[in-house]
Amino acid sequence: MAIFLTEASKVIVQGMTGSEGQKHTTRMLAGGTAVVGGVNPRKAGTSVDFTVGEDTTVSVPVFGSVADAVSQTGADVSVIFVPPAHTKAAVLEAIEAGVPLVVIITEGVPVADTAEFFTAAQAKGVRLIGPNCPGLISPGKSNVGIIPADITGPGHIGLVSKSGTLTYQMMYELRDFGFSTAIGIGGDPIIGTTHIDALAAFEADPETHAIVMIGEIGGDAEERAAAYIAEHVTKPVVGYVAGFTAPEGKTMGHAGAIVSGSSGTAQAKKEALEAAGVRVGKTPSETARIMRELLS
Amino acid sequence: MDLFEYQARDVFEKHGVPVLGGIVARTPDEARAAAEQLGGGTVVVKAQVKVGGRGKAGGVKLAHSPDEAAQRAQEILGLDIKGHVVETLMIAQGARIAEEYYFSVLLDRAERRYLAMASVEGGVEIEQLAVERPEALAKVAVDPLVGIDAAKAAEIVAAAGFAADVADQVADAIQKLWVVYREEDATLVEVNPLVRTEDGQIVALDGKVTLDANADFRHPEHAELEDAAETDPLEARAKAKNLNYVKLDGAVGIIGNGAGLVMSTLDVVAYAGEAHGGVKPANFLDIGGGASAEIMAAGLDIILSDPQVKSVFVNVFGGITACDAVADGIVHALEILGDHATKPLVVRLDGNNVVEGRRILAEAAHPLVTLADTMDGAAAKAAELANS
Repeated sequence: MAIFLTEASKVIVQGMTGSEGQKHTTRMLAGGTAVVGGVNPRKAGTSVDFTVGEDTTVSVPVFGSVADAVSQTGADVSVIFVPPAHTKAAVLEAIEAGVPLVVIITEGVPVADTAEFFTAAQAKGVRLIGPNCPGLISPGKSNVGIIPADITGPGHIGLVSKSGTLTYQMMYELRDFGFSTAIGIGGDPIIGTTHIDALAAFEADPETHAIVMIGEIGGDAEERAAAYIAEHVTKPVVGYVAGFTAPEGKTMGHAGAIVSGSSGTAQAKKEALEAAGVRVGKTPSETARIMRELLS
Repeated sequence: MDLFEYQARDVFEKHGVPVLGGIVARTPDEARAAAEQLGGGTVVVKAQVKVGGRGKAGGVKLAHSPDEAAQRAQEILGLDIKGHVVETLMIAQGARIAEEYYFSVLLDRAERRYLAMASVEGGVEIEQLAVERPEALAKVAVDPLVGIDAAKAAEIVAAAGFAADVADQVADAIQKLWVVYREEDATLVEVNPLVRTEDGQIVALDGKVTLDANADFRHPEHAELEDAAETDPLEARAKAKNLNYVKLDGAVGIIGNGAGLVMSTLDVVAYAGEAHGGVKPANFLDIGGGASAEIMAAGLDIILSDPQVKSVFVNVFGGITACDAVADGIVHALEILGDHATKPLVVRLDGNNVVEGRRILAEAAHPLVTLADTMDGAAAKAAELANS
């Protein structure tokens, strides 16, 4: 098991022939991901060779459209590395082609574009992850996006986070336990997969025994997740929230990380989680210590 | 980015939203000239600050002649409204108001679409209205793929209970405000009040607009709307170097990679600071994925230019970023900065190529650099150094 992504997942890369796409496709292949194709209308019919490890070369075919790639490979995941100005078109193409899971790594996508492609995805029952996210990894099975595959291995902790580097930090802190799936849902104001979606999937996944949930300032997704946990999650959940020291009205790196007036504060999120019975760490390391206590 | 009222007025006018004349003035003489240009009759002198409650603070005054406009301008310029000093005024044409309404359209993060709100009881604090008389504030969901077309505008007008004699005009204004929202890539367009004048016109008398910075690439004209005077000088310098920096007022300078980790670093420093005289983080600085020597030097340069900074905490978890490149970046940045680097640096590296990264820093043995093993330990060390 694991959530959203398994060893059976067949992945295509939109933007594979660009420099970011090539770099990360190499890393994904090295992490054991079944990358079955790339998409670029100008390079359809060619293939790209990736050097994986010491002396292994993997040749990945390039298709002219997502639809072609899906019909010829049976791909069920697309990961998008195209620049912000072209992201909407790329996501809509993947949705049209019926790819059930689309992972959008690109940072800097206008929120109006995200609102549009999210609405289109919902109408077709397509799951989006991101944008502005590191993707997800089910260690030992598959890795889609930019999360390093060598931090830790398979295990029974599920991790959902708005932040990429805090995802890595937490995987590192708990590396001796390992993870079922770690998913970075992204720091934009509108994201395709929420904390709640991931919590629901982890709750249903027999391989996941406990969950770490990392949030940050802005919006009320963590408060909603807290209410969801109180109602629906039976597995232990440990929380962390970043941004206690963030000033009001300033965007802290992530487009969605902003305290507006009295809403979106870290304190309110922490209190909501604690009220739902979630233990919240003061630092990433303390959060990991709480998880250790629960698991030992 | 939030716009000033006069910028919102200009943007409204560009998209056909009914507005009254408004001219920017920065001195009493300019205010007098603006009032004359508007016909010499009654004008409103309005402080341009990006904060609510300016009316109560004395930042909005009526003037019946150009000379009086100059006097009122004199009174308002330099006022401190909730920490914002008034440097700019808008001289607005006077209006005879019969009724005040409210309209806004904004991003609904939780529902992942847009939300339109309207009320026939405008002119008051809308947060207050929402709490005290929620039934008076209509909330209507807007589909991002459809927007506010004629049917949606009619739905909003009906939900808010606008009278039949103004419904069509209000619906028309609402559709034009939607055009502002869509065409300018806004995340908020708010009009409070939207008024009916005594001669039956619907006019946007005030405007609040927030623009999506992620959409700047398709709006080169938005760069002109930025207010250089309002930006902190260090933030302006950082922005010119493409650094994601926010100035705070503590003593521990922070550099890290990834927005979440940097936010967390600020918190961990503030937490550690409780045991060291209450020292706090001095800034947010995310150097992102590529920590080259140039980026590290530019970041350190900005942080060391902050006179409040007493120590610096460099916190990097190498995912794609390799720690040896970060370590090289730090060593070379200190060479580039030379005598300008005077504050102690605590460095914590983990992740990709960490062994090599730590080796590089250990071998360089720079007298200002302390290597730490953990994030919490590094925060405590940086807080201690800032408090000594």
